[in-house]
Amino acid sequence: MTSTLNPVRKRSALTKGQLPKAAPYIVLALALVIGAAIMALIGFNAFGWGIVSALLFTAGLVGWSAAVEGSRKAKDKLVTCLVVGAFLVALLPLISVIWTVLVKGLPGLVDPGFLSTSMNGVTGAFDNKSVEQGAPVLGGIYHALIGTVQITLLATVISVPVGLLTAIYLVEYGEDRALARAITFFVDVMTGIPSIVAGLFAAAFFFAVVGPGTKTGAVAAVALSVLMIPVVVRSSEEMLKIVPNELREAAYALGVRKWRTILKVVIPTAISGIASGVTLAIARVIGETAPILVTAGFATSINNNVFGGWMASLPTFIYTQILNPTSPSNPGPSDQRAWGAALVLIILVMLLNLAARLVARIFAPKAGR
Amino acid sequence: MSKRIDVKDLNVYYGKFLAVEDVNINIDAKSVTAFIGPSGCGKSTFLRTLNRMHEVIPGARVEGEVLLDGDNLYGPGVDPVTVRSQIGMVFQRPNPFPTMSIRDNVLAGVKLNNQKISKGEADALVERSLRGANLWNEVKDRLAKPGSGLSGGQQQRLCIARAIAVEPQVILMDEPCSALDPISTLAIEDLINELKDEYTVVIVTHNMQQAARVSDKTAFFNIAGTGKPGKLIEYGDTHTIFSNPSVKATEDYVSGRFG
Repeated sequence: MTSTLNPVRKRSALTKGQLPKAAPYIVLALALVIGAAIMALIGFNAFGWGIVSALLFTAGLVGWSAAVEGSRKAKDKLVTCLVVGAFLVALLPLISVIWTVLVKGLPGLVDPGFLSTSMNGVTGAFDNKSVEQGAPVLGGIYHALIGTVQITLLATVISVPVGLLTAIYLVEYGEDRALARAITFFVDVMTGIPSIVAGLFAAAFFFAVVGPGTKTGAVAAVALSVLMIPVVVRSSEEMLKIVPNELREAAYALGVRKWRTILKVVIPTAISGIASGVTLAIARVIGETAPILVTAGFATSINNNVFGGWMASLPTFIYTQILNPTSPSNPGPSDQRAWGAALVLIILVMLLNLAARLVARIFAPKAGR
Repeated sequence: MSKRIDVKDLNVYYGKFLAVEDVNINIDAKSVTAFIGPSGCGKSTFLRTLNRMHEVIPGARVEGEVLLDGDNLYGPGVDPVTVRSQIGMVFQRPNPFPTMSIRDNVLAGVKLNNQKISKGEADALVERSLRGANLWNEVKDRLAKPGSGLSGGQQQRLCIARAIAVEPQVILMDEPCSALDPISTLAIEDLINELKDEYTVVIVTHNMQQAARVSDKTAFFNIAGTGKPGKLIEYGDTHTIFSNPSVKATEDYVSGRFG
């Protein structure tokens, strides 16, 4: 009779038990507290705390869910925890890298003249002075920035036509011929070439053709394009492949020649993907160090000529600043410059990735009404 | 502005596979001819040989003659591009160029071939073609918008406008209404009736009522079995094919007894 006196709202027959909405947060709070307690017993560190708390959270949430909601929901929660955990593990190094570079690189970056001066005439004496007397750190990355931009630009100018035309041959004319299969095979092999080998190839090639000891920005650009071409070929090929055959047939049926069809229908349709593929290929080679070291050397002064003389670039600048500090007794300023250059490099790559998205959006076929 | 087509002893191959065997057919100028038959019987394949679109597929080839007003399309030295500019084609699925506006889609045949055309001429051509495809009133205020924003039926009529803008002699249509609703289908059937005043129209259709409604002559294709070549079984006036066919298979097919 008590049930009629105290009318309890009957649970819907369609639902099982449900965890309260705040359940994950409650479990998380408990896991963090218990995790902290356990770590306090065995010696606290943040990394271990995170791991122990994550394990506790998973066990707690899945256990609670199994008790209240049944095994299906519990499995769902377990897999969700695994997926989110994997995502966090993957994200951790990235955030850590960005954080480290930001913290260590910002002092260098905000240094006046960092972006507008070179290392020409900056000697160990200046660095010693800035460490001992607190004078501002002299020297900058202007020469390296110019070198990186010029070398990468030249590499792009070489790679994009070669790569795009190769992709066009493979997709539009290859038809599974022996030559097309051979090209595909060698492009795959080229993708796996270690970058130092590409650098050695370019250096040896220019030594043989131009003369021994030829080290210029152009040689580095050739080395980078050896790395870039397979990436451009692959991405352009994929993009050209997904252009529907119906569009080609529509153009042919209008009496349009094949090369005009490719130029005016196929490429415009695929251009957004091709452009973002190219941008990503640039981002891939802009941070290459080894091939530039053996092909362009390292300079401390501004060199505006890609075809003559040694040339600095951001990766080689970082490498030399860390390995051979300007002042061996006080490597602090060199470290600061190296981290600043690293930050600039990361910002460049991020800008390129953003540019790729922008380019893809601008060129994408519009479907407005 | 319209030519007749005569096909003599045509065999169509995909590599070694004989897809359509020994077709002889005479298609009159300024008429609508419908190809009917069960799926896979080679009617679309045959249609594509009439403007040399067949050979776009790797390994595909043709034996025999297709005469356009007496000139063999497959004669030595004939440029398939010339053939296709005289014999236009509309495909099963509407395929406007996604990167182009409605106006540019209509002008595609001119612009893609880099022919010079003044703005006044271009405007006139766009209006004439879109009127010809019964689409002008629906799109005249948004010619600069992308063609992919139109409905399926409108896109198909845009493709027809694109095909007639290059002023072909013959228009081939490969199941042009199979992806469309009845209202759009009606619009296109009306359009086909108007097109035959100026063009020779050949249409492949799965819809026998449609063949009966729009065509003057009908050709029935059939296939003996999987892996066997398709053949032209019977060709004659649409009325005869549907009311008094001379071959049993045709009668079975048009009366719905198979297929």
